[in-house]
Amino acid sequence: MLGSGILKGLAVTAKNFAGSFYDPERMATVQYPEERAPLGEHYRSFPLLVCENAADPLGTLRCVACTICEKECPPQCIYIEKSKDKKPDATGKPQLYPVIFTIDTAVCMGCGICAELCPFDSIKMDKVFEVTATNRFTGLLLERDQLAKSNAYYHSIRPAEAAEVDARLAAERLAAEEKAKAAALAKAAAAAAKAAAAPPTTPPSAA
Amino acid sequence: MSAYAMAVAGSEPFLERAPLLLRDAFVQLLPAPTQWLVHHLITIVAILAVFGLFFAFTTIAERKLLGRLQNRRGPNRTGVPQFSILPWRFKHTLFGLSQPFADAVKALTKEDIVPAAADKLLHFLAPVLVVAFSLLTFAVLPFGRNLIPVELDSALLYFFAAGSATELTIFMAGWASRNKYSLLAAMRALAQVISYELPLMLSVVPVVLVAGSLSTREIALAQGGWTFGIIPHWNVFTPWGFAGFLLFLVAALAESNRSPFDLPEAESELVAGHLTEYSGFKYALFFMAEYFGLTALSGLGITIFLGGWQAPVPFLGFVPSYAWFMLKLVGMIGFFIWVRGTLLRLRIDQLTRLAWQFIVPLALINLLNAAFWSLTRDWTGALQLVRWVISAAIVVGPFVLLGRKLNAGRAPRTYRYATS
Repeated sequence: MLGSGILKGLAVTAKNFAGSFYDPERMATVQYPEERAPLGEHYRSFPLLVCENAADPLGTLRCVACTICEKECPPQCIYIEKSKDKKPDATGKPQLYPVIFTIDTAVCMGCGICAELCPFDSIKMDKVFEVTATNRFTGLLLERDQLAKSNAYYHSIRPAEAAEVDARLAAERLAAEEKAKAAALAKAAAAAAKAAAAPPTTPPSAA
Repeated sequence: MSAYAMAVAGSEPFLERAPLLLRDAFVQLLPAPTQWLVHHLITIVAILAVFGLFFAFTTIAERKLLGRLQNRRGPNRTGVPQFSILPWRFKHTLFGLSQPFADAVKALTKEDIVPAAADKLLHFLAPVLVVAFSLLTFAVLPFGRNLIPVELDSALLYFFAAGSATELTIFMAGWASRNKYSLLAAMRALAQVISYELPLMLSVVPVVLVAGSLSTREIALAQGGWTFGIIPHWNVFTPWGFAGFLLFLVAALAESNRSPFDLPEAESELVAGHLTEYSGFKYALFFMAEYFGLTALSGLGITIFLGGWQAPVPFLGFVPSYAWFMLKLVGMIGFFIWVRGTLLRLRIDQLTRLAWQFIVPLALINLLNAAFWSLTRDWTGALQLVRWVISAAIVVGPFVLLGRKLNAGRAPRTYRYATS
């Protein structure tokens, strides 16, 4: 009959009304500062820089100041200055490092392109969304030391991705070590062959 | 004055007379020439204060109720602000009940922007008049046994004259803003008022016919008494009264521009309708007038269908009559909020179709029904039962037949481009 749809609708909202008092499962919202909805696995806010050692964040940054992220950033919120000298990186290879690395979070749109492109797994997306400042120019301009977060922190916010990154880095490190070992062996073999081919300059000690 | 004389005569309980005694005690303090003026000013101030506060708490109640209807909690954060002179801080948030006061401060401190091309005078006048007209309607509502601001013999006529003027101010706002959305909204408002003014009045006329008076006081008084000592003689408990009440509810929703008839300020289509070019306190005034109009129409519905200030059962008669009126008012407003939280907005063609093809014919038939009811006033015994059956048949028959005929070929709805 005409009007039965309206009555059905009124019954639905009445059920919602009554249910909202005793059934927390129904609630579509959480009381935010006190309760928090869990963030999704792939939730992202602003970039961070991963460092190996929390005790010395700036000394163990994975970043080698290649400036790929700076060039690719769509809103151009990253500014990097390369160092003049080189320091050993995570794999022990001497690399450049960023003297200045700033991200303007007032400009950053959180697209995550920097994190996708970084070949050194250095820049990753953070999950901190409560960013406030009283000064919109310097307050939201994050410096190198504010951006640097330890690998342990990265593990805590994205366990699966961090584990995968660590495994890859370890494999690369192993490969690099093996390569270095092989190179050293080859070098040693070459040296030995050279030494065998050439007349000995010094007599063997055993002899 | 007759009500006042009766009250002072003093057969009524003290609480019933208390507001009048308070007013008179104050008036007596003043010199004689100013007494008549102060007498009326106090009435006006009382209405403004009571219904101003009622409006404030209706807004928060609406937001909270809508929240609950949608499985949310609604605003519950606004507490008491910390005053720097106080050494301690009141921590409790009072369930967010101070929200309307925070909203008022916000509305007052906002910038008032008037479009450069707007008609400055009309743009200013519209919010002022809309509040004025909607407040005028409170003058003839009997809030209690002795509490009626102005006793008019043709109170209903006055009520509708004052109430329908608010639609004019909506058109004024739309026209003066010089904005296409505002003007479209104003056009819709006019279409709506033409469509729904008629059924609103037609739904009220049966009551006038049966009660034999246009005075709201008389109509409320006529609904006193109980059958079997438990069923009140309210108009809503008769077949024609029930039908009239439903028609009145639909027409009142449309008159006060509330969902599902909120076409004049359809947010999703017309920005904010006639409110598009209003900001700050003028916007708040429109908001206020909308709620005043709703409150006044609910008050009228209570007076003519729900027994006015009469108690529902005899043994609760000791509760003052104005408390019953306010309780019924809260119930009516709650129902309107419930409807708003449930129904979707109608299209303009559906709105006018509903009014002209369905509600107006039913209201006219209901008028005949009331005529039958008042002609068979002296039927008793078994004839009383026949009277009820015939009257109920006149309500249900046309409703079902007309509904079926109008719905033919329209329901259930099919979707051509979307899967339902």
